[in-house]
Amino acid sequence: MRMALSDWQPLPIPPLLWLNTGVLVLSSIAMQCASLAARKGQVDMVRLGLASAGLTALAFLVGQLMAWRELSADGYFLASNPANSFFYLLTGMHGLHILGGLVGLGRTTVGAWNGARPQRLRLSVELCAMYWHFLLFVWLAIFALLAGWASTLIDICRGLLT
Amino acid sequence: MAVALVLVLIVVGSVLFHFLSPWWWTPIASNWDYIDNTIIITFWITGVVFAAVVLFMAYCVFRFRHREGNQAAYEPENRRLESWLTVVTAVGVTALLVPGLFVWSRFVNVPSDATEVEVVGQQWQWSFRLPGKDGKLGTSDTRDVNAENPLGVIAADANGQDDVVVEAADLHLPVGKPVKMLLRSIDVLHDFYVPEFRAKMDMIPGSVTYFWFTPTKTGTFQVLCAELCGQGHPMMHGVVMVDTQEDYLAWLGQQQTFAQLSAPQQMGSAE
Amino acid sequence: MVDITPADAVPPAEVAEMELYHPHSWWTKYVFSQDAKVIAIQYSATATAIGMVALVLSWLMRLQLGFPGTFDFITPEAYYQFITMHGMIMVIYLLTALFLGGFGNYLIPLMVGARDMVFPYVNMLSYWIYLLAVLVLVSSFFAPGGPTGAGWTLYPPQAIMTGTPGGQDWGIILMLVSLILFIIGFTMGGLNYVVTVLQGRTRGMTLMRLPLTVWGIFTATVMALLAFPALFVACVMMLLDRALGTSFFMPAIVEMGEQLQHGGGSPILFQHLFWFFGHPEVYIVALPAFGIVSDLISTHARKNIFGYRMMVWAIVGIGALSFVVWAHHMYVSGMHPYFGFFFATTTLIIAVPTAIKVYNWVLTLWRGDIHLTIPMLFALAFIVTFVNGGLTGLFLGNVVVDVPLSDTMFVVAHFHMVMGVAPIIVIFGAIYHWYPKVTGRMLNETLGRFHFWVTFLGAYLIFFPMHYLGLMGVPRRYNELTDMTVMTESAHHLNSFISIMAFIVGFAQIVFLFNLIWSIRHGREAGGNPWRATTLEWQTAETPPGHGNFGKDLPIVYRWAYDYSVPGAKEDFIPQNVPGSFGPSREPA
Ligand code: HEM
Ligand SMILES: [Cu+2]
Ligand SMILES: [Cu+2]
Repeated sequence: MRMALSDWQPLPIPPLLWLNTGVLVLSSIAMQCASLAARKGQVDMVRLGLASAGLTALAFLVGQLMAWRELSADGYFLASNPANSFFYLLTGMHGLHILGGLVGLGRTTVGAWNGARPQRLRLSVELCAMYWHFLLFVWLAIFALLAGWASTLIDICRGLLT
Repeated sequence: MAVALVLVLIVVGSVLFHFLSPWWWTPIASNWDYIDNTIIITFWITGVVFAAVVLFMAYCVFRFRHREGNQAAYEPENRRLESWLTVVTAVGVTALLVPGLFVWSRFVNVPSDATEVEVVGQQWQWSFRLPGKDGKLGTSDTRDVNAENPLGVIAADANGQDDVVVEAADLHLPVGKPVKMLLRSIDVLHDFYVPEFRAKMDMIPGSVTYFWFTPTKTGTFQVLCAELCGQGHPMMHGVVMVDTQEDYLAWLGQQQTFAQLSAPQQMGSAE
Repeated sequence: MVDITPADAVPPAEVAEMELYHPHSWWTKYVFSQDAKVIAIQYSATATAIGMVALVLSWLMRLQLGFPGTFDFITPEAYYQFITMHGMIMVIYLLTALFLGGFGNYLIPLMVGARDMVFPYVNMLSYWIYLLAVLVLVSSFFAPGGPTGAGWTLYPPQAIMTGTPGGQDWGIILMLVSLILFIIGFTMGGLNYVVTVLQGRTRGMTLMRLPLTVWGIFTATVMALLAFPALFVACVMMLLDRALGTSFFMPAIVEMGEQLQHGGGSPILFQHLFWFFGHPEVYIVALPAFGIVSDLISTHARKNIFGYRMMVWAIVGIGALSFVVWAHHMYVSGMHPYFGFFFATTTLIIAVPTAIKVYNWVLTLWRGDIHLTIPMLFALAFIVTFVNGGLTGLFLGNVVVDVPLSDTMFVVAHFHMVMGVAPIIVIFGAIYHWYPKVTGRMLNETLGRFHFWVTFLGAYLIFFPMHYLGLMGVPRRYNELTDMTVMTESAHHLNSFISIMAFIVGFAQIVFLFNLIWSIRHGREAGGNPWRATTLEWQTAETPPGHGNFGKDLPIVYRWAYDYSVPGAKEDFIPQNVPGSFGPSREPA
C-alpha cells in the first residue's frame, strides 16, 4: 500500500527534444549509408557517412544540453522531485553512451582517412552502425517513456511494487 | 574408512542435535501454528533427503574407495534413472510448496472482523495508534510529523480525532481477537517482530504495510526490530501485553486520544 | 547417445592463430602483463588479501557476539561497519573476483585450448580497475567517519542517513564508487571470458566437449554481465541521492525530529534493483563451484561425470531461472503480498535442477574408483555443506516459512553454509588440484589434511547450530544479544562455542596460507599431470605453462573431457587431445 501522495509530477517535455530525435535519426541513416558503402568498398562514401554521422551525433548532444538548460532555467532541477531526477538520469546516461560511441566513431573515421585495411574498416564501420542503431532505439524508448507514458507506467508499477 | 565414518557421524550428530538440543522455537502465542506445522513438514522432508544423500555418499566412499586393481565403471548417463530422480524431486518439492502456499493465502487475507492497530517505527522506538469509538483510523502523513504530533496524524481528518495514541510505550491487545497490524515508519526501514507471534513485516517510510494475527495467550511479549535501521537497531525493543478483555478495556480507558493530546497545542498556536 | 563422427575426425581450423603480445620488460611481463595466467594470479592474490581482511572482521564480530561486553572497542558503530565490510568483501571482492577473475582467467584459455584471452589488453585493464576498486574500498577504513555500516544490502533510506555509520560521511560514497569501479572492471573481464569461450576454442573443442568447469564459469559470467548493471544503476542512483539530494529512493522522512528535504522516492525500488542483481549473484558464485567440483569428483573418482548433458542443461537452466526468483529476498519487505505466490513457486522450481546436480555428483561416486586425495575430500565436504545449505533454502524459499525466519540467525546460517562455506571449500579443493599446474609443485599433504579437517568440521560446527538460534527468533545484525527474552542462558553458551570454533577455523586458514607460500619452493615436484587428468591444461608442454599456453601447435581435441576408465584402454584416463577410439565411444553426442 503506497500512501497516496502526489509526489510524482511529470515535467513538461521541451519541444526541442523532437528536433533532437530527428537529428539522431539522421545520424543513424548516415551510419547506415557508411556501412553499405563499406560493404561495396566505396571509401569516399564511407568517409562522408562517418563524418556526417559524427557531426549529427554531436549536434544531438548539444541539443540535449540545451534542453537541460531550458528546463533548469524554468526551475525543473535534478533534485526537485523524482520525475525530474529520472529525466536527467536517463537522458544523461544515454548521452554518455553516445559520447562513448563518438570515441569509437572517431577512431574509425581516422582509420578511414588514413587508409585502414578495407576488411578492418568494414568491420569497424559495421560495428559502429550497429551501436548507433541500438542507441537510436534506446533513445526512442526513453523518449516515449518520458513524453507521456511515464506517468501511466509509474502508476502501474507503483500498484505492483507496493 | 575414516572419511565414511565421519560422514555417518555428521548425519547422526545432526539428527541427535535436532532432537536433543535445548534450542528450539519459543512457545507460540498466536494462531500461526500453521506456520509451525509447515516448518515441521519441511524439517522432515529435508532431513530425510539430507540423511539419504550423505549416507549414500558414505556408502560409496566406503565401498568404492581406491584399492589396487580397482577400475571404475564407464557409464556416461542413464536416462531412466535421471528422469526417475527428477520426478521424485518434483513431487517432494510440490509437497513442500502446496501447504506453504495455502498458509500464505491465509496469511495475506485478513479476516473481516480484525481490528486495526497501527504501529509506527522511528529510530529507535515504537509507537502505536488505535482507532477510537468510530472504529476508524485517521489518515496520516510524514510531512505532518512534529513534536506535538509525533505520528503525523492529519488533523483535518475527522476520523483521526478520537484515535488513541500510544507514544513510545507498551501496546496492549485483547486475547482471542484478530488484529490487523498496519505498519508505518517515519524515517527508515524497521520490522515489527514478536517471535512468539511468528509473524513479521517490514515497515517502509511512505507506505503502509500489514500483517494479521490472533493472540492466543495472555502475557507479556518482547517486540524486536528485525530490519537493520541504524546503530540503535539491536536496542529497539518494545513490549506487547496480551490482556483479558477487562484488563484491556481498563488500559484503554487510561489512554489519551489524538484530540486530547493536541488540544493544548492548538490553544497555544492560536495566539 | 552414440557418437557417429569417427573419433579422430577433426573439423578444420576456424579461427586463425592469435597474435600474442610479447612483453619487452620485467614490468610488462609480471606487472602490466597481458597474459591471462599472470592476470589470474594477480586477481587471486588481491582477492585473497582483501579476503583476509574480511576474515579478521568476522573474528571481531564473533568476539562481540560470543563474549558480549568484554571488548569495549567494538562499539555498535564498529560492529555494523565490520558486518557490512565483511559481507560485501566476501561476496563481491573475494568470491566473485576469485572465481571469475582468478579461476576464469587461468582455466578458460587453457581448458578450451586457446593461447590467451581474446582481448588481452582489456583483460589487463580489468584487473587494474578491480585493484582500484579494492583500494577505494580499503580507503574507507581510513576516511573520516569510517566505512559504511549499512549492511551489505545497503538498503536506503538508512544507508545515507546519520543514524548509520558512514551514512552522512565518506563511508557510503566510497562504497558506492568502489562498487561502480568493480562493475566496470568486471564487465571488461567478463566480455573477454564469454568471447573466448565462444570464439577462441581450439579445433575439435565443441561446446558439448567443454569441461564443466568452463560451463560453470561461462554461464556465471553471462549472468554477471546481465545482473551487475542493475546494481550499477542502483549505485549511481543512490550516489545521486546522497551527493546531489535527489530522491530516487527517498520518501518524505523525519529524521530525529527534523523534516528532510527528500520526498517521493521508493525504498522498495532499491531492493528490487539490488536483489535483481543479488540473487543471480548467489549463482554467479555457485555455478563456477558446481563446474569445478564436477571436474574434481570425476578426476579423483576416475570415472566420467554422470549425466554430462543433464549437468550442462542444469547449469544453464539454473542460470536462467535465477533471474525470476529475486523477490524471495523480499517476502517480508512489504511488497505486494501476492508476489509471494509467484516467487515461492519459481524458487522451489529452481530446487529441481539443483537437486539433479547433487544426484549426478553422488552417482559419479557410485561404482567409481575413489582416490581420497585432498581435492576429493574437499569435493565431498562441498556436497555435504551444499546439500545442507540448499535444503535450508527450501525453508526460506517457501514464503510462509520465511516469515518467522527471515532476518534471523537462521538466514545467516543458511547463506553461510550455501554461499560461504560451500564455494570456499570448492576454492580450496581447486587450489589443491591446480596448484601443481600453476607452480609445478604439490602442496604439502599433511598440512593440507589438517587444513581440510579443521575447516570442514569447524565450519559445520559453526553454522549448523546457528540455524537453531534463528529458529528461536534471534535476529541477525544485532551486536548486543542482551535483554532479550529469546536469548536463554544456554543460547549464550552456544554463541561462545560458535565464536571459539570461528577462531579455530580461521587459524587453519593461516596454516593454509603458509602452505601456499612454503610449497612454492619446497613442495614435491609435481610433473605435468600429477592427477592423470584428461583436460587440456594438463597436457601442456611446459609446467607451469609458458606464455601462449601450448607448444608450437595448438592441441586438437578428439573427445569429451571425461574419458576415465574407458573399457579397453590401457590407462584409466584418455586425454582430450589423444586420437583414436577404444572400443565403442560412448561419449554423449
Ligand atoms: C568462518 C568464516 C566466517 C565467519 C565466522 C563469519 C561470520 C559472520 C558473522 C558473525 C556475521 C554477522 C552476523 C550478524 O550479526 O548478522 C556475518 C555476516 C555475513 N557474512 Fe560471514 N562469516 C564467515 C565467512 C563468510 C563467507 C565465506 C562469506 C561469503 C559469502 C560470508 C558472507 C557474509 C555475509 C553476506 C554477511 C551478511 C552481512 C550483513 O548482514 O550485511 N561470510 N558473517
Ligand atoms: Cu531496526
Ligand atoms: Cu536469492
